[in-house]
Amino acid sequence: MGSLIFLALLVVVVGWLIGAYNGLVSLKNQTLNAFKQIDVQLKRRHDLIPNLVNAVKGAMDFEKSTLEAVIQARNQAVKVNAAGPEAIKQISQAENALSGALSRLMVVVEQYPQLKATANIGQLQEELTSTENKVSFARQLYNDTATQYNTKQQQFPTNLVAGLARVQPADLWEIEDQAERAVPLVDLSSKGPPPLNPAPRRGEIERG
Amino acid sequence: MTTLNLFQQQEANRRRTFWLVVGFVVFFAWLGFGGDYIYYLYTRDAPRLAYHHTFPWFGLVLSLAALAIAWYAYKTGPEKVLWSTGAREVTDPQDPREKQLVNVVEEMAIAAGIPRPRIWIVDDPDPNAFATGTDPLHSHLAVTQGLLDICTRDELQGVIGHELGHVKNLDVRLMTTLAALVGAVALMHDGAARVFRGGRGGGGSRDGDRKAGPLLLVLLVVWIVSWLLAPIIAQLLALGVSRKREYLADAMSAQFTRNPLALASALQKIEGAEAPTTHIKRGAAHLCIADPLGRRLTAHEGFLADVLATHPPMGKRIAILKGMGYAQLKREGGAVG
Repeated sequence: MGSLIFLALLVVVVGWLIGAYNGLVSLKNQTLNAFKQIDVQLKRRHDLIPNLVNAVKGAMDFEKSTLEAVIQARNQAVKVNAAGPEAIKQISQAENALSGALSRLMVVVEQYPQLKATANIGQLQEELTSTENKVSFARQLYNDTATQYNTKQQQFPTNLVAGLARVQPADLWEIEDQAERAVPLVDLSSKGPPPLNPAPRRGEIERG
Repeated sequence: MTTLNLFQQQEANRRRTFWLVVGFVVFFAWLGFGGDYIYYLYTRDAPRLAYHHTFPWFGLVLSLAALAIAWYAYKTGPEKVLWSTGAREVTDPQDPREKQLVNVVEEMAIAAGIPRPRIWIVDDPDPNAFATGTDPLHSHLAVTQGLLDICTRDELQGVIGHELGHVKNLDVRLMTTLAALVGAVALMHDGAARVFRGGRGGGGSRDGDRKAGPLLLVLLVVWIVSWLLAPIIAQLLALGVSRKREYLADAMSAQFTRNPLALASALQKIEGAEAPTTHIKRGAAHLCIADPLGRRLTAHEGFLADVLATHPPMGKRIAILKGMGYAQLKREGGAVG
């Protein structure tokens, strides 16, 4: 009788171990996948920017410096990305700089109503907004998934399995650049209407 | 932010879809075998040479038919739903609004971490939206032209986020199967009613012998009542299934966009538009973000609304979203200061 109870207990414990282990592995892969999605979106952004800038170059002759800043930031980001995923700090810095440059470009476009009236520019604005959103949503998904993964690792009793599964807490994507945080302020001071770029970036900070 | 246990939600939806299909088949088996049994009792005391119903033909045929219908409904449900609304697919967007719609859907698919669904537009001036499909890999998202016309980019994002919430937690599988089955029941019921009427016309006068006994009578009454109730039961199922999900999808939208106030204002606009969405019929009503029939019931909380409305009261949804939004603003304010 006693051995029977022991056996039942063993089955329950082993069953739980398997479940917890598999849960952790699944979350780990989801986190990795979410991280790859950021890469995909960043690549997309890098590929898109030269085309966009070319499309509006003629119409924006008088704001050459803004456009050049965007191109420069983009090239820098491409270069750092080529260095490999180890340089995560540099990558995130370069990408943040690029985000800043793009935001400034959008602010400039906002300031010239006659520019906005051109179909090309309207398209540019939409594409830029969408590109920026895609990047920040990909990061948001990564941060959400990684947070879930980290929480699972640290919570009792899953943390007992975490050592067994040799999992490491995943780094969250953070905004370190002060300039990046300041960008919405530029929006507010320069114009009355609400900023064109919607809120998602906010949530990222608080999640991290 | 609330932790939505996605896995449990998906599991529950898979299970519910399974039981829905099982219930559907069992119900038809009951109708069939019940009919067989009644017919058996009825012909048992007939003279030797007259027809004796001993083999349960009705039951077998109806059960098999129900299985086939359920399988067909599950497989073709999404197409049927889209077809019934007359939606057209957006494949190569030319119009800037359509381009924006595609962009917004792509963004939200990234935020939700699911593949981009196929995008459809329903040419209806009333703002509304729905999602359908069997799983995130085979999903469709439809919005009305009216929604594109009145919503800002952020509001559109909120609405799309809501629909992708339904896709991600597999609500679409349950709701689409249900829609297809409701349609099938309605169709069969109409057909059966015609058969019944025809049968009664032919054999009404010869109904002389009433010695069949009380068991037969009771069975007959229960059986006929089930036939009559079938479409009503199907409708009630559709109602019960959809209401709680709307709150959950609203919350998921807020999680994807981090901007609950935009969805709140979109809902306000949708609520403000008076006209019913004429392209979306009753059978697909529970799939939509807002009741397409514009029923007054949806405007109230209470027993009657709880029993009969497909959607929770709009006022309450908006209030919850605003609560989330203000909580978020407050936290941010605290962080800055």
